Amino acid sequence: MELVEHLSMGFGVAFTFTNLLYCLIGCILGTLIGVLPGIGPVATIAMLLPATYALPPVSALIMLAGIYYGAQYGGSTTAILVNLPGESSSVVTVIDGYQMARKGRAGPALAAAGLGSFFAGCVGTLILAAFAPPLTELAFKFGPAEYFSLMILGLIGAVVLASGSLLKAIAMIVLGLLLGLVGTDVNSGVARYSFDIPELTDGIGFVAIAMGVFGYGEIIANLSRPDDEREVFTAKVSGLFPTKEDFKRMLPAVLRGTALGAALGILPGGGALLAAFAAYTIEKKTKLKPGEVPFGKGNIRGVAAPESANNAGAQTSFIPLLTLGIPPNAVMALMVGAMTIHNIPARR
Amino acid sequence: MKIKSQKDFFSGLMFTVVGVAFAWGATTYTVGSGARMGPGYFPLMLGILMALIGLGIMFSGLTVETTDGEKIGKWAWKQVVFILGANLAFGILLGGLPSIGVPAMGMIIAIYALVIISSLAGHEFKLPSVLILATVLAIGSYVAFIWALKLQIQVWPTFITG
Repeated sequence: MELVEHLSMGFGVAFTFTNLLYCLIGCILGTLIGVLPGIGPVATIAMLLPATYALPPVSALIMLAGIYYGAQYGGSTTAILVNLPGESSSVVTVIDGYQMARKGRAGPALAAAGLGSFFAGCVGTLILAAFAPPLTELAFKFGPAEYFSLMILGLIGAVVLASGSLLKAIAMIVLGLLLGLVGTDVNSGVARYSFDIPELTDGIGFVAIAMGVFGYGEIIANLSRPDDEREVFTAKVSGLFPTKEDFKRMLPAVLRGTALGAALGILPGGGALLAAFAAYTIEKKTKLKPGEVPFGKGNIRGVAAPESANNAGAQTSFIPLLTLGIPPNAVMALMVGAMTIHNIPARR
Repeated sequence: MKIKSQKDFFSGLMFTVVGVAFAWGATTYTVGSGARMGPGYFPLMLGILMALIGLGIMFSGLTVETTDGEKIGKWAWKQVVFILGANLAFGILLGGLPSIGVPAMGMIIAIYALVIISSLAGHEFKLPSVLILATVLAIGSYVAFIWALKLQIQVWPTFITG
């Protein structure tokens, strides 16, 4: 079979000691930097890109891929432990992950994120290898109308996702849209709400807003409370492994997350972020089993599903890059840059 | 008129103010018409929509009965000032502010300022432990960003390095 042939050839190239070592270094560096709040995969890859210049092309690509996945995973660690999403695709992990950590279940939450990511990553790779050519056809068919529908889906998803007042949820979405308007208008080139500050003409970064809303808000609110009311997670991370019960709940969530992530990852622009949000929305819509913790209070499915989805999405987002030569998101654009530096044509 | 839910009332007020501000800002750009939208069209509509939603939330805060009045908490002025001030100080010390002639002082001094100012926001302030934390952070940042990643960041003030 052609697929097995190609895969075994790939493994043959990757499974040399030096390449595995570079992969390990890339993963460790990516995770270390991805753990820092406010530094997402884009910034991480941009910073570590020069480190690969001296390497031969194949090793460089392997190391970059390692950095990419490491950064993707590192984001979920801070999300769970300190309530700060390291990057945009782990924003939803915060909701249930941090609640689990507050209940002293940080270990299982981290394990769920890790195992889910690993499984979804493996499946994503297989999909990438097997279905790249037919999937490209699908991505070709996406026009403005389809993207518009997709965005509407995302916004409706955000309303469904919110708990509490519906009106406030819609108001927050409008606020988000308004903040997104800051910067240069794509159609007319007019810099809106930039107050002649050059940095603002590029718009406000997602991470800056996430840090402000989730990070600073939390820090200031915590400090303003008297000592006895303060909510700081101090319990030790004990027992990394989820219980049997956890596994039983995690498994369907991981499978759903993987399927959704793989499907949405192919779309340019959406990728990991949309996949994570959609996966969480779906989990929230499924019925709670008796005795299960509700969502938003530390449900393990709320960690496993989005984390699986964003990893599967991260994998399949290589498809448009490798088949069409078009980068679906900023990270992939950097990868194209890196490939060009190493004289690897992105498109076959 | 008595406010029945302070939380709803003030969040509505916030949305209204932000919406009006954006809509007002949008009128400085070409608005155009529905068929030929200018750069100001979408922000104007969104701003108005947001102001209306805000008014709706305010209205519900005035009318819908709640048991405890849903009071908002106290303003955390001290924390807001120190935490945001620390970040501002970090930015200014790190990069300088050429427009008013403040020179860049470099990363190390900026980190010390960041840690010391932000720790003033807490309930207790112990200088020794704060200094230790600042030193550890400064060394860590130096190793990670300057030594390992070789980023182009000014480390020391110019009067030291010359």
